[in-house]
Amino acid sequence: MTNRKLTRRGLIAAGAAAAPALAALHETVPHDGLHDALAGDGRAHAAEHPAGGHAGHASGSGMAMHDGFGEATVDHAANGFDPSEILRDFDGGTTSRLPGGRTLREWTVLAQDKEIEVAPGISYPAWTYNGRIPGPTFRATEGDRMRIRFVNGSSHPHTIHFHGFHPDFQDGMPGIGEGRGGGTIENGEEFTYEFDAEPFGLHLYHCHVMPLAEHIAKGLYGAMIIDPPEPRPPADEVVMVMNGFDTNFDGANEIYAVNTIPFHYVERPIKVKRGELVRIYLVNLLEFDQINSFHIHANFFDYYPTGTRLQPTEFTDTIIQGQGQRGILELKFPYAGKFMFHAHKTEFAELGWLGFFEVEE
Amino acid sequence: MEAGAATERTAGAPPAWLLGAAPLALIALVIGLFALLDGPGLGERSGPPVEELAVERTVLRPGEIELRIRNDGPDAVQIAQVTVNEAFLPFEIDDSRIGRLGSSTITIPYPWVEGEGYGVAVFTSTGGTIEHEIPVAVETPEADAGFYGLMALLGVYVGVIPVSLGMLWLPFVRRVSHEWLRVLIAFTIGLLAFLAVDAALEGLEIAGEGPGAFGGPALVYLGALVAYLGLSGIDAHLSRRRAAAEEAGGGTAPAGSYLALLVAIGIGLHNLGEGLAIGSAYAAGALALGAFLVVGFALHNTTEGLAIVAPLADSRPSLSRLLALGLIAGAPAILGAWIGAAAFNPSAAALLFGVGVGAIAQVIVQLSPAMRDSRRRLLHPGAVGGLLGGVAVMYATGLLIAG
Repeated sequence: MTNRKLTRRGLIAAGAAAAPALAALHETVPHDGLHDALAGDGRAHAAEHPAGGHAGHASGSGMAMHDGFGEATVDHAANGFDPSEILRDFDGGTTSRLPGGRTLREWTVLAQDKEIEVAPGISYPAWTYNGRIPGPTFRATEGDRMRIRFVNGSSHPHTIHFHGFHPDFQDGMPGIGEGRGGGTIENGEEFTYEFDAEPFGLHLYHCHVMPLAEHIAKGLYGAMIIDPPEPRPPADEVVMVMNGFDTNFDGANEIYAVNTIPFHYVERPIKVKRGELVRIYLVNLLEFDQINSFHIHANFFDYYPTGTRLQPTEFTDTIIQGQGQRGILELKFPYAGKFMFHAHKTEFAELGWLGFFEVEE
Repeated sequence: MEAGAATERTAGAPPAWLLGAAPLALIALVIGLFALLDGPGLGERSGPPVEELAVERTVLRPGEIELRIRNDGPDAVQIAQVTVNEAFLPFEIDDSRIGRLGSSTITIPYPWVEGEGYGVAVFTSTGGTIEHEIPVAVETPEADAGFYGLMALLGVYVGVIPVSLGMLWLPFVRRVSHEWLRVLIAFTIGLLAFLAVDAALEGLEIAGEGPGAFGGPALVYLGALVAYLGLSGIDAHLSRRRAAAEEAGGGTAPAGSYLALLVAIGIGLHNLGEGLAIGSAYAAGALALGAFLVVGFALHNTTEGLAIVAPLADSRPSLSRLLALGLIAGAPAILGAWIGAAAFNPSAAALLFGVGVGAIAQVIVQLSPAMRDSRRRLLHPGAVGGLLGGVAVMYATGLLIAG
């Protein structure tokens, strides 16, 4: 026992001794233009995972607000999803024509229990739709028919409760519609939710099984976009689901993020073009402390609450959303450079809800 | 005839040491097999791993917080992240995987501000958090010569000087009548009883901060038991040499100078604990070294000097002997302050407090016979008054420190 410990200590000591050499290498090898005064730089190539990787972290980076996890990152491949990909991953489903010319869109969603690395070195026993958090971003056009086959492969009962118009047995509400196949979907069972895509706007879905807080907090939620019949102007579109994780199950979140992984967009900023219209589909699915907010640096945006009207209600740089609230943000970046966005509740920001847009010419 | 048969059986059987060692060897073999086969029949453990960590020591340097943590639970723990005041921060750790009873040091660069409070949370790989509060941030003193000097001065102020001053009651003690001397002895026992209770409570409180795996509060009781039995053993050994003198004197109580030495040792062990508490509190910034506090401790401890000289009423000790008694009782405060400030460890501190309690209990037992009056009553009115007086004085002077 003692011997093993000594060996391990010895290895780590050796690793620490190697750190200055690596730092020297870092200085001599030229790297991309991201290297500026900001402490967030250079992370893309410093991937070594998780604890112990800290040994190489030089204390020289100072105390920038967005220091986050230092050089450690989560293993996106093992998680099976990457927030950088979720950002622009809009799922229109499999389309076909219905008699009468309407579009039918079909999806299959599998509920799965899954360990997710929610922060470098911290695993969380999540419940997921299709193995990812947030679940797929469903996208349809108003008037389409949406058909979502839900298979419960989790060891717990689940549902999908969509925000929108539908009959009661399609509501994903336990105790309602079991006789018609709806209501609670037990492990190994399945049910197909089917409804018209309306009203246009930005909506959401989540599990509605009791205890509700747990079924949401564990990761069973996602965004649903219904485009207006006359499409919105072309834009670089991204989806941001604001969420958090209660890793120690004390009824409060230890981690806050957009699209699950804290500080992800610090490590890998969202690249957009200067002067190009950027459209953010922003949904708040934070459990426990549900009031969330969004603030963009050095910019203002048009805000369309719930996206159900085509006229913005506000031109601002900060908005607040309660749990289940959502809205569409439209903005253009007048300057190239790195611009932060974060919850304007600093506690959330410093616990992970923090990122950057990297605006290029 | 029977005895002869027994001897015969013994002669034919294996030697006694082998009979004693055989079960031990068998136990070792069974444990080895059990471990080798990975606990046959028990199957997988039930439930997630138990993660218990205790913060043993907090060091604050400019721009840096350092925590020494010990794995207090049955399973190995993997440290994943750290937050300070609800913000994730980069950190360094010498070994992020901490085995059972192992320890590791976490260093967090952080611009802490003097006088403010901080909450540090250490995240394990399962998302569990171990929270540690720094109530008031104060730079941890560097353990250099000046610091040790300051701690020594503190030990002298609260230990050596008050105890020595208290011993100046010796001429008074010599002049009082036997009746009043018994009251004084009772007064001393009252003082000691207060100290024992005080040390026990403090030890239990400190034990609660440390890792439970080392025994936690049990360490206080163990320390007390070990000290009591140890001192009783030494006493039994010495009493053989003393027996002749006692027969000559015809008294039932041990000789005065011997009793004084025991009292000094008991008080010395108590002051070791007291110094430890002062030193660690100072190092943690939880102690304002105000003159008031030092005066309070001094007054509190002056009465301890009286306790040492009370048994000396009938003897004529040399000045050097008196000085030695004063140092035995007071100087451990210096040692305690050094240990407490430089290498505070809650488990060791709890054990030391327990040792102090046991030593005092033993001294009380030794002193009690001297309290008996001419009718050999133990709790005669004078004794009860003295006991209560001792407790009352300690309580009252203790209030000066509580501020």
